Order: sequence, then C-alpha cells, then structure tokens
Amino acid sequence: MPIEIPDVRESFSQAIYTVTLGATRDGGGTRTKVVTVGGEKALPFHHFEGEIPHPPVVAMEVWDVPPEDWPDPVRMPFADVMGSLGEWARKCVEEHGADLICLRLVGCDPNGEDRSPEEAAAAVKEVLTSVGVPLIVWGCGNPEKDNEVFPVVGEAAAGENCLLGTITQDNYKTLVAVATAYKHKLIAESPVDINIAKQVNILAMDAGYPLEDLVIYPSTGALGYGIEYVYSIMERARLAGLGGDKLMAQPILCDIGREVWGVKEARAPREEQPEWGDAELRGPLWEATTAYMYLLAGADILVMRHPEAVRAAKRAIRMLMGEEQ
Amino acid sequence: MILIGERINAGFKDIARAIREKAVEPIQEWARRQAAAGADYIDVNIGAASKDPADMAWLIQVVQEAVPTPISVDSNRPEVLRAGLEALDGRPALVNSTTADDDKIAEIVPLAVEYGAGLIGVAMDQRGSPQDVERRVENGAKIFVAATEAGIPPERIFLDPVLMPIRFMQDQAVKVLEAIREYILLSDPPPHISVGLSNICSKTKERSLITRTFVVMAMAAGLDAAICNVLDRELMAAVATAEVILNREIYSDDFLKVWALKRSKGGE
Repeated sequence: MPIEIPDVRESFSQAIYTVTLGATRDGGGTRTKVVTVGGEKALPFHHFEGEIPHPPVVAMEVWDVPPEDWPDPVRMPFADVMGSLGEWARKCVEEHGADLICLRLVGCDPNGEDRSPEEAAAAVKEVLTSVGVPLIVWGCGNPEKDNEVFPVVGEAAAGENCLLGTITQDNYKTLVAVATAYKHKLIAESPVDINIAKQVNILAMDAGYPLEDLVIYPSTGALGYGIEYVYSIMERARLAGLGGDKLMAQPILCDIGREVWGVKEARAPREEQPEWGDAELRGPLWEATTAYMYLLAGADILVMRHPEAVRAAKRAIRMLMGEEQ
Repeated sequence: MILIGERINAGFKDIARAIREKAVEPIQEWARRQAAAGADYIDVNIGAASKDPADMAWLIQVVQEAVPTPISVDSNRPEVLRAGLEALDGRPALVNSTTADDDKIAEIVPLAVEYGAGLIGVAMDQRGSPQDVERRVENGAKIFVAATEAGIPPERIFLDPVLMPIRFMQDQAVKVLEAIREYILLSDPPPHISVGLSNICSKTKERSLITRTFVVMAMAAGLDAAICNVLDRELMAAVATAEVILNREIYSDDFLKVWALKRSKGGE
C-alpha cells in the first residue's frame, strides 16, 4: 500500500530585510554596480519553501597597511599588490571576482600606526576610485579611535552607500549619526550572544536608525573554534526573523578570513605540523569549509581572504542557488 | 499574545451614556487609547444600553473612524452581531461570541463564515456557566467541531473556558487552567484560547495583581488571547515577560521596549 508522505514544508510570515549596498551615479554614488542581499523568505537554500531572491555574496578583504600577520599561503597571492591599496582591491575584483571589497582600517589602531582620520579617508577614496564594487569599511576596533575616524570617512564616502562597522552595545551613537548623515548602512556586532544581537539592534533603532538598514554580525568562529555555537545563534536569529521578529530580520555577515587565518590549523607551516599536510592547500580549504558552514547557517555576506577559498565559496553559492551543477 | 481591548462596553457607565446620547468623542477616545496601548482587537459591546442593532452599527462606525485596529463585535444576539459585522469596513474582525447551545451555534457560526471573521466560542450552554473541567472541554470541543466543519480554520477559532470571579468561586480558576491544557490538544495547530480576563478580579481589592498573576499562569498552560484592560501597564509588562519566559520572544535587555514597539506598530 502506498504511504502518503505528509507535506512538511514550512512557510514563514516575514521576509528578511533586503539591504542594497553601493550606489551608482543614478543613486548619488560612483559605483559601477550595487549589491543586494537579504530578502529571503525561507531558511538558507530551502528553495522549496520560499523565495531566496538574492544569493549570498563574497567580500574580499584589503588592509590600509600591509598585513604582517597573514601567513604565507594567504599573503603570497597578494604579495605583488599589498603595497598599493588600489591595486590590491582591483586584483580582488578583477582576478578573483569579489562582489564587494572589505577595507579594514587596521592602520588607525592607536597601538599600531595610529593613522589619522584623514589618512583613513584617503584610503577609502583610493579603493573607491580603483574598483566599481560597493565597499565595506571596517574600523580598527578601538572604540574611541573609530569614533574619530568614522565621521571623516563617512563624509569622504558620502553617497556611496557603504557598509560601515561595527556598532556594538557599548559604542553605537557616533556611527549611527555618521551613517544617518551620509547615508551608509551599518554592521551591528555582538559577541556570539543572541540577546545582545537583539539589544544592539534595539539601541540603533532607538537612536533613530532604520532596522532595515542593519546587517547583523554575530561574531564568527573558525571551523573547530565554536562554529557550532555561532551556527546555532544564526539559525535561531533567522528563525525568529522569518517568524516575524523585526529585530532579528536583518541579513547576516560572517567574518570568515580573519577568524580562519588566526587559527593554527590554517596557519601552521608543514615543517611544524608535517602530518597535517601541505599548508598551501590546508589553509584555503579551512577557509572554504568554514565558509560552507556559514552559508548553510544563513550568511548573506562572507568576508574572506584567500582567492581559492573565495572561488570555492562562490561556486558553492552558485550550486546551492541551482545555477550550477 | 492576542489582546482584545475590553473598554468599549456598555457595562461601563460612560460608554452606556455615550451610546444613549450618540456621543462620538468618549468612544473614540477609548478606541485610540486602547489602540495606542497595543490592542490587537477593540471589543465593541452595546450590552444592555440598547436592543437596537442599528446602535451596534453606529458604534462600530464610530470606532472605525478613530482607529485602524481590527474589531471584536461583541453581543450574544445574532441580529446585533450581524448589524455590527455588516458595518465593518473590511478590516479583520472577531465574532464575540457563540455559546455551545445548538441554536446559538446554528445562527452565529454561519455569521463568522459569511463575514470571514474569527469566532470566539464560550464554553457555556443553556445550563449556564460550566462548573467543572469536563463540561468546559465538552462545550469547547462542540463549538470547535461545529466551527471547523463550517470551514473556519483553527487559527481563526478562539475558545473561552469561562473565567469566574476568584472572590466568589475560588475553586474555578484552577479548573479553567486545566481546561486550557485540554483545549490545546484539540488540534494541531491548536485553536486560540481566550478568556475574559477581568472576570477573575471582580469585586476584589487587588484587581491588577490578581489579573496579571492569573494571566501568567494561564499563558503557561496555553492561553494565547485575552479580552482585558490593555491600559493596565503592570498587566502588559507581565504578559511581555511571560512571552520571553515562554521563549516566544528572544530576550534582550530592553524586552519591554520591544513589546511596546511591536504593540505601537499594530500588534503581532
């Protein structure tokens, strides 16, 4: 006797907010393309349950100062361009297909080169003139310094509809004001804590910032370093967002490269860990595998480093979107 | 939690007078205040102030002019319910209510179907209010079956196990809680379960405290709707907290603010 299989497809009451980054000339900016993320009405890649209008995208990371702690396997692909921010960004876009450039203003760190807000703004301008894709601008992480830098950077990039980050529970007012004044989007950061993720969004909203212009950064763990915990938080946030919780209905960003290239499994040279195999292969694999996990958890924007890992992630996205076998 | 604002009811003297004198402003003021406090529905009841169905139609129109909130058309008389439903401008509505009596079910369930409204079924019958769990369940199930057979989906059916004043019938509240636990087993998804929350505190000194303590206990049992005083801030805070404790709302430090935000934007 045939067994009737019940229809277990789920449908949800709310779509994730759609966030567009970048602005072309028509939109008041100078980008040659814009990037739109979010808008999904189903869990990641559950095409059979609801529309997923925009595939996840990959941002590639560039720094305003040549990174000294990037291990060779991820430094070598950019060794020829790391001295020139513009060329580095161009290589990411033209050779490696980056959808976005994520400029990290590491040079502004008071414990490092302590670069000025004006130097930071010049770095942003250099990237903007070198590539046509939208920009993520990530502060140095020192709250006081970021609050000095972002007003200048935000103005320098006025109209470009950048994604600026990050706001946190303890530091959000300046960046909210900058993003409001110069029309940028914001990354809301929380330390692997869903309650704080929600709270940061409430604080931004309370300060007058639209919930539909935020991107959630719930913190990221590399494969082997708490990835399951981040995964469960992303999944819970996404379920709440799809279920109608407007404070959890934002696209999600994962900072893959920074986490992966900080762990020994990706960094250790073969001489140190001969049984782990070739570091040139292992590192990119670690980054790609971490990216796969976060795609399945609901990531909308992946920030990555190694070209091969980017290629693998982009191929996975095309396959999961049904565009490639 | 689906909150139905109770205040536009001719049981209140100012509303009864406003209905008699056709005074628009006091009614619209209560409509606006309840909507601003986050009511999902505004209950509208002409009670004993009038027997004329036209007065219900008038009252509905007055409320609709003031707020966009969905309306609970409240009467035990089918002709009054029909007049109220007929006056609606297309917004979502509840028919409040039928009992488990055959003649009431026969007249009122089709009204909800005809007007595409939700239906509140009160577990009373010709013998009066139920005194035990069994009759609450029997009557509730009877209404539920009749409503679903008439084509009303479970998500539009509200069962009311009949809450009694704690002051006079202290043994009944715990039976209501038990009946709620039985109601949620009726279907998957279960029907909504609603009570006339203010009944419990009738003629008591600690009205708000009794009400909010009961609602939290009832929510734990499965209650997800109530006709109540949405202007009672402590009651609203208790409901908001229960939603967090029941894990229906992700906790944040400002969860009360989240509640207010959701409510100010027209409910859930």
